[in-house]
Amino acid sequence: MLANSGDTAWVLASAALVMLMTPGLAFFYGGMVRSKSVLNMLMLNFIALAVITILWMLFGFSLSFGNDVGGGLLGNLDWAGLTNGVGKLAGFGTDDAPWPGGDALPVLAFVMFQLMFAVITPALISGAIADRAKFWAWVVFLVLWATIVYFPVAHWVFSFDGFIGPNSSGGWIANDLKALDFAGGTAVHINAGAAALALAIVLGRRKGWPREIHRPHNVPFVLLGASLLWFGWYGFNAGSALGAGDLAGVAFTNTTIATAAAVLGWLITEQLKYGKPTTLGAASGAVAGLVAVTPACGYVDMWGALFIGLIAGAVCALAVSLKFKLGLDDSLDVVGVHLVGGLVGTLLIGFFSKVSVNTASVGSDGLFYGGGLTQLGRQAVAAGAVLLYSFVVTLIIGFLIKFTIGFRVSEEAEVVGIDEAEHKETAYDFGGIGGGGSAEGLKPAATKAATAESLERSKA
Amino acid sequence: MKLVTAIIKPFTLDDVKAALEQVGVLGMTVSEVQGYGRQKGHTEVYRGAEYSVDFVPKVKLEVLVDDALGDKVVEAVVEAARTGKIGDGKVWVTPVETVVRVRTGERGTDAL
Repeated sequence: MLANSGDTAWVLASAALVMLMTPGLAFFYGGMVRSKSVLNMLMLNFIALAVITILWMLFGFSLSFGNDVGGGLLGNLDWAGLTNGVGKLAGFGTDDAPWPGGDALPVLAFVMFQLMFAVITPALISGAIADRAKFWAWVVFLVLWATIVYFPVAHWVFSFDGFIGPNSSGGWIANDLKALDFAGGTAVHINAGAAALALAIVLGRRKGWPREIHRPHNVPFVLLGASLLWFGWYGFNAGSALGAGDLAGVAFTNTTIATAAAVLGWLITEQLKYGKPTTLGAASGAVAGLVAVTPACGYVDMWGALFIGLIAGAVCALAVSLKFKLGLDDSLDVVGVHLVGGLVGTLLIGFFSKVSVNTASVGSDGLFYGGGLTQLGRQAVAAGAVLLYSFVVTLIIGFLIKFTIGFRVSEEAEVVGIDEAEHKETAYDFGGIGGGGSAEGLKPAATKAATAESLERSKA
Repeated sequence: MKLVTAIIKPFTLDDVKAALEQVGVLGMTVSEVQGYGRQKGHTEVYRGAEYSVDFVPKVKLEVLVDDALGDKVVEAVVEAARTGKIGDGKVWVTPVETVVRVRTGERGTDAL
């Protein structure tokens, strides 16, 4: 068996596209916070690229995609360190069900593609704890959460029997339950959304919330971030076909249609409820549509995508107000967009699934195509299992951090601004007395090289 | 001498400035300020959450004039800044004890 060069090229390009989603998410979130905490928000996301990559190399990929250790719960450590992957191919299938592509992918191309999913999933959670989390506590959380929550769940959902080696065995949701999740409605979005709910509980409300709500400091950033997410999402969804063929085209088309429909769904809901279509709503609608179509894009036809998008846009637009009723400061609506959007997409597969769209589908037709309730039941079990596991374990990890090293900055740091308190930086240098004018003397000036030592002590 | 202070809607500044030049005003100081009067602020909506903006952006204009010019300046500002809608602003006049031109040390009306 040889690597198919076209498929390999598409998967590598998709990996790069998905990589761009994390900085895109950083700007999507960063625009929504106040100017005194935008750097911290960007950093919570960007650091995931660094931390998760190293974990992925050391043991993350192996726990996710290594041969199953039993029960479809976790992979073994065969691929730890990744050096074993050099020169190896993935995509074998089993004797009963050969890999449909016929050709294979270099293991390392697949490793990099899946890495980017592992990076963005925990990054998504950060929106729930904006403005108030200690940076290093977040890094500890990333390590624990990826190891205990993401890697196992990715194994359940993404690891197919026979894919990583001949007759290897994978996760229980993909192979035993036969729930359909094309690109991560459960493993990525329900997973991150449930974790966001747990962390919002652990960290508590921001000072003043909800008496005073905070206006997004840069709505253009939000739209720019959403656009980068949309662009990168083509790698996420169409790349999940793991080949440059018809199925990638289907996923690409469905992704576009559902996202467009969700923008309209959100804006129409806003117009009816508040009387104005907002820019923040358009950006949020696009993300809600992308989330909802993620699990479905390889299993439904274009009508399915249209309805999934419309429903997701409208439902998420209503869901983001729930946090005020619950009194829960999920600051940037990770629950309202990712958990709710992920549930909408995962469950609607039970209605819109069409086996003829994807011949490799292990599922059955949905309720609307004569398949009865079989697939809907599987979808609900998969969604419920991931939601429950992620929520409970995240709650435990969160409280563990809170009661040991502490998860939240001091009240003073929160008021002054977390950028200054946690990073000794300020995002913007304009406005205020002397800003841009001739009164240079009033501006803070660089007076010395930054060292931890005082300038006096470094003289010798 | 008088100090004429006006709080006006930002977009009327160009008209006010032109009107003041017409009546012979040679200099002025403007600053961007925020505040509210009877119109109060406005509300914005972000993902369904209402955000009330209490303070509205305004321009504050300060002009030092000779006693004789005071009324004409007030009239010029009021005329140019009026839109007839709520939130047009206010103009007030205060007496000024002395004025010094920093460059030459001239005092009083010579310094205007």
